[in-house]
Amino acid sequence: MSLAYYPGCTLKTKAKNLEEPAIASMEVLGFKLEEITRWNCCGAVHSLADDDLIHQVAPVRNLIRTTEQGKNKLVTLCSFCFNTLKRANLLMKADTEKRNTINSFMDDEIDYSGEVKVIHLLEVLRDEIGWEALAQKVKLPLRDLKVAPYYGCMLLRPREVAMDSVENPGILRKLVETVGATSVDFPESTRCCGSYQIISDPGVISAYAWNILSSALSYGAEALVLTCPLCAYDLGQGQEELVKKRAEFKGMPIFYFTQLLALALGLDHQVCHFELNYGNPESLLREKNLLP
Amino acid sequence: MSVKAKKRKGPTTTKVKEERKVPEVKLIPVYIMGKRYEVPEGLTLMKAMEYAGYRFIRGCGCRGGTCGACGTVYRKPGDYKLQVALACQKTVEPDMYVTQIPFFPANRAQYEFAELTSAPEEVFKLYPELFRCVACNACTKACPQGIQVMDAISALKQGNIAEASRISFECIQCGLCTSRCFGELAQYHMFQLARRIYGARILPRAEHLAEMVKAINEGKYDDILNELKRVKKDELEKLYREREEEPVTAGEDWKPRDTTYL
Repeated sequence: MSLAYYPGCTLKTKAKNLEEPAIASMEVLGFKLEEITRWNCCGAVHSLADDDLIHQVAPVRNLIRTTEQGKNKLVTLCSFCFNTLKRANLLMKADTEKRNTINSFMDDEIDYSGEVKVIHLLEVLRDEIGWEALAQKVKLPLRDLKVAPYYGCMLLRPREVAMDSVENPGILRKLVETVGATSVDFPESTRCCGSYQIISDPGVISAYAWNILSSALSYGAEALVLTCPLCAYDLGQGQEELVKKRAEFKGMPIFYFTQLLALALGLDHQVCHFELNYGNPESLLREKNLLP
Repeated sequence: MSVKAKKRKGPTTTKVKEERKVPEVKLIPVYIMGKRYEVPEGLTLMKAMEYAGYRFIRGCGCRGGTCGACGTVYRKPGDYKLQVALACQKTVEPDMYVTQIPFFPANRAQYEFAELTSAPEEVFKLYPELFRCVACNACTKACPQGIQVMDAISALKQGNIAEASRISFECIQCGLCTSRCFGELAQYHMFQLARRIYGARILPRAEHLAEMVKAINEGKYDDILNELKRVKKDELEKLYREREEEPVTAGEDWKPRDTTYL
């Protein structure tokens, strides 16, 4: 089965280790992630100013491309792309006045009114494949690996785009358990990683990272699993400083959910591109006999 | 020569003159930089401007639609859309408002090309304003070459230098995209950088060329060249006339009779 897929710019540069294991895993599961053509940047950040419609143009144009290519459902992988595309879609569906303004500005494109359903790959795993069916496909259960699910903000906030319970999400926990690892719940799993503050105030990033990582550590986690390239970057960069400053902190591997999925499905670990992850996640995996 | 000239001036002369009656030229109104002129129908915008009295010492380049020097914007009556063209290619239409934009100030990064790799970050570092693009698509609408300018910008953001280079291949650097850009990007300079990186760092090298250069340097052709240098002019001409040529219809496996130097 083919699914229209929107990668986003970062997955083509810094986060190939998020995309490539996803495509390979979905193929094993009988789905072809088919990249829509002529896509552009998702808009990166949803603009909170009510009248700032120009920043809705980028996400809406991608949704128009999807419709043009005969698809009414669009799968995303990056949390930020998921968030901006889904929010722009809601706006086009619900707000007639803004919809008309945007459509008339984009007079080079067909009119759009929110026909595409924007989903995240995690939702495909949960709703279209199902955890039980997925469990049957697991060839290498990630036994003994203690992983803390980290959601960040973009999968769950605001409420109208959340793919799971905003207060007590469980979708990543289900995935971690399905691939045979131990899920370590911790209270900071929905805390902000610091986001784009890494550009304006890089100093605060390690403080955010310490809050999140020390909490996960105290609950017994050996690694974090997440979906967002910006969270991965911030928590990686933040750690770099923490390792220097805190003698007791040895660093914590960060995995994309698609890497754990691919590994558990028995795919060649090359497809996971662990070399692009922060630190050295491979040594932990070797310790658990999950890598040759 | 004189005979020929006489022949030409023969009895046909009067007939030609009769045929060359000046056709009635229809004049149409155009507004050049806001001022109304009447110019002959069928002229290009550039010719029309010259007819109206403008003299181009720059901004006219090749007059053949390939140099990008005569980017022009115009509007037709009753239409809110801004149109673009090359002044040397587009013919005048009644009541159009025209102005040429032969140059548009745009940020052009300085770099030492030898130090650049094929990494996407090279473009990001030299042109960080790339990420100011909001996908408004004004650049694409402003391209007289019909290039999907915004798609090429998207390709650069995605780190796909090869794709940006492919899409922008027919760019003639007129700068109209930049003149319309909401995010103040210099698209055409970015594309030039992309094509340079693509050509020098991504496109596969022709390995047989290096081999051939090596063979030449090692003197493979020295003897035959020296021999030719010693030959007299007449003999050389004979050799040239009698040389074996590859037939136009030759297939890939064609070989000359003498294969000593293949």
